[in-house]
Amino acid sequence: MSVQAEIATLAAEKSGFFTEAMARKVQAIILPLAALIAGMIAFAAFLLLIGKSPLEFYALVYKAGFGTAFSWTNTLARAAPLLLAALCVALPARLGLVIIGGEGAIVLGGVAAGAVGMLTPNMPGPLGIVAMAIAAGLAGAIWIGGIGALRHYRGVNETISSLLLAYIAIALMNHLVEGPLRDPASLNKPSTAPLPDVYRIGEIPGLGVHWGLAAGILACILSWILIEKTTWGFAARIVGGNVKAAQVQGLPAGLLMIGFTALGGVFAGLAGMFEVAAVHGSANASLAAGYGYTGILIAFLARHNGLAIIPASILFAGFEASSGLIQRRLDLPDATVLVLEGMVFIAILLSDTLQDRFDLFSFIKRRQT
Amino acid sequence: MTGDIGLWGVPLAIFGGAIRVSTPFIFVSVGECLTERSGRINLGLEGTLVFGAMSGYAVAYHTDSAWAGTAAAAFFGLLFGLLHGWICKLPKVNDIAIGIALMIFGTGLAFFFGKPYVQPVAPDLPAIPLGWWSGIPQVQAALHINVLFLAGIVLALATTWMLKNTRVGLTIRVAGDSADAARALGIDVDRVRLWSTAAGGALAGIGGAYLSLYYPGSWNEGISSGQGLMAVALVIFARWSPINCLFASLLFGGAGALGPALQSVGVTEGYYLFYAAPYVLTLGLLIATSSTTRAMTSAPGELSITK
Repeated sequence: MSVQAEIATLAAEKSGFFTEAMARKVQAIILPLAALIAGMIAFAAFLLLIGKSPLEFYALVYKAGFGTAFSWTNTLARAAPLLLAALCVALPARLGLVIIGGEGAIVLGGVAAGAVGMLTPNMPGPLGIVAMAIAAGLAGAIWIGGIGALRHYRGVNETISSLLLAYIAIALMNHLVEGPLRDPASLNKPSTAPLPDVYRIGEIPGLGVHWGLAAGILACILSWILIEKTTWGFAARIVGGNVKAAQVQGLPAGLLMIGFTALGGVFAGLAGMFEVAAVHGSANASLAAGYGYTGILIAFLARHNGLAIIPASILFAGFEASSGLIQRRLDLPDATVLVLEGMVFIAILLSDTLQDRFDLFSFIKRRQT
Repeated sequence: MTGDIGLWGVPLAIFGGAIRVSTPFIFVSVGECLTERSGRINLGLEGTLVFGAMSGYAVAYHTDSAWAGTAAAAFFGLLFGLLHGWICKLPKVNDIAIGIALMIFGTGLAFFFGKPYVQPVAPDLPAIPLGWWSGIPQVQAALHINVLFLAGIVLALATTWMLKNTRVGLTIRVAGDSADAARALGIDVDRVRLWSTAAGGALAGIGGAYLSLYYPGSWNEGISSGQGLMAVALVIFARWSPINCLFASLLFGGAGALGPALQSVGVTEGYYLFYAAPYVLTLGLLIATSSTTRAMTSAPGELSITK
């Protein structure tokens, strides 16, 4: 390029519209979106290979997940625990910790809520709900915060320990629900005693979905503000970038790790509480419904960004809501959605390689010179 | 001499159970040991294990041969390992996240294709009744040893020898300890890791086939309960030595057999807590053997979780 052209390019780069920061922001949205679409196309190819119609599949997903008001309530109800479960992965991930055992915190949070309902049933409604929330949040905070502590104090790999603790939590839940906390009236399906009516959480007026949805959305927004706009969040992101550099700067890496993992645990525990208080009415084995694992995928798709988790959760809730219809109409097993989710996940992780490889606005810059 | 052997049933059942339950751990952990020695961590082995179980069962059912099923499971495990290794070659890819993704993908795929195989019965892998000399049924059951267990012992010994004494073993170890040194020697680090991961996947597939073709001996969606993941933790505890992986697998097998052993003598209280024993043991050992201050002895230098 001639010197004049080079200067012109530099001027175009610095001036107004297409700054580097903007290119990064656009890339942060386009890449995950492209990965999502790529994953869905790969899944469509998979469906074609086994002789099913992808068009019919996605049409059914639309119909059962997003087509009618009824399907929307179904989807939003499923999104509520996913929002909170995804936060349990996303918050520690900003610190560089890959924690995938949110399922354990959800389960224990649900049991804690059920236990509160069983052991102290005579409180006034709002107090009972607050008590359940505190118990569930505490259970989750201890469980996941413990993982952060193990990582900081003993250097234990948090991915492995979180998954082990998830299995232990499910075993603990089964033990408690079938043993000490068992409701003698629940014969076929062991569970804790049904919550008193005043402890039950109702629906958001006009929406037909329980308040857990509002709690989840609020939690996502608060998390985004925490990470992006507060000093603690900034400190956390530095720890996530380079722990040693953060420590050299004097940042309390351990406190941040334990604090953020505990916060993630609080959210997951609350997800369990809402499942018990708003959906099932008691704590039993159906608490282990895999929300924790779908939450992992949502968090990665949203690049661990609290605001992006909201649409991502709704999308995946839609996929899962349509699972029943797909099973019946297309004669596919319910693991189909799992395959789709796995493919999307792989596509998202592959898109990491494409980061910064493209000069997104080069075609515009070239025109300007 | 038949008769009630009372509480002796418990240690006997634990012994027999240790052998029975440890076999998949042996294969998966030696496989993961190979992968990690080359400098890569494969957390997707859980998905590979489940898919190996499903594919092994399906092929054994269709071909009426358990060994054909095992071979098929090894083949599919190899494919999953290749997929993991190939994706991890690309720059900026988080290999722990890829492992999780493949865990979900492998499990989903296995459940998807495995639906029609829940009911049908496939032939089992052969076992050698080493307890023929005793009249007590519990002793006979405990000494009914599967061929794959013996194969696993041979595998652990062979892998140890290979890593120490062969050129291939040295190549793997160099790639795992120092990528720079490997490249200086002209070794293609990515290719070594690719094939180590593939081999690890194949072994994990065999471990999965054992689950569905011998113990518990049938295919269903609950067949694995984190064995693939525990094997990864086990490798760290075993300090990346295949022989230690063998002993650690036996330890975990014993812990896993605690629940059924106690059940067999009538202890049913705390059922779930005993079933949680292997996970608690794994976690406890992981905590005891991890440290922030000392670099883990004999950890491959290039492994991302120990850097």
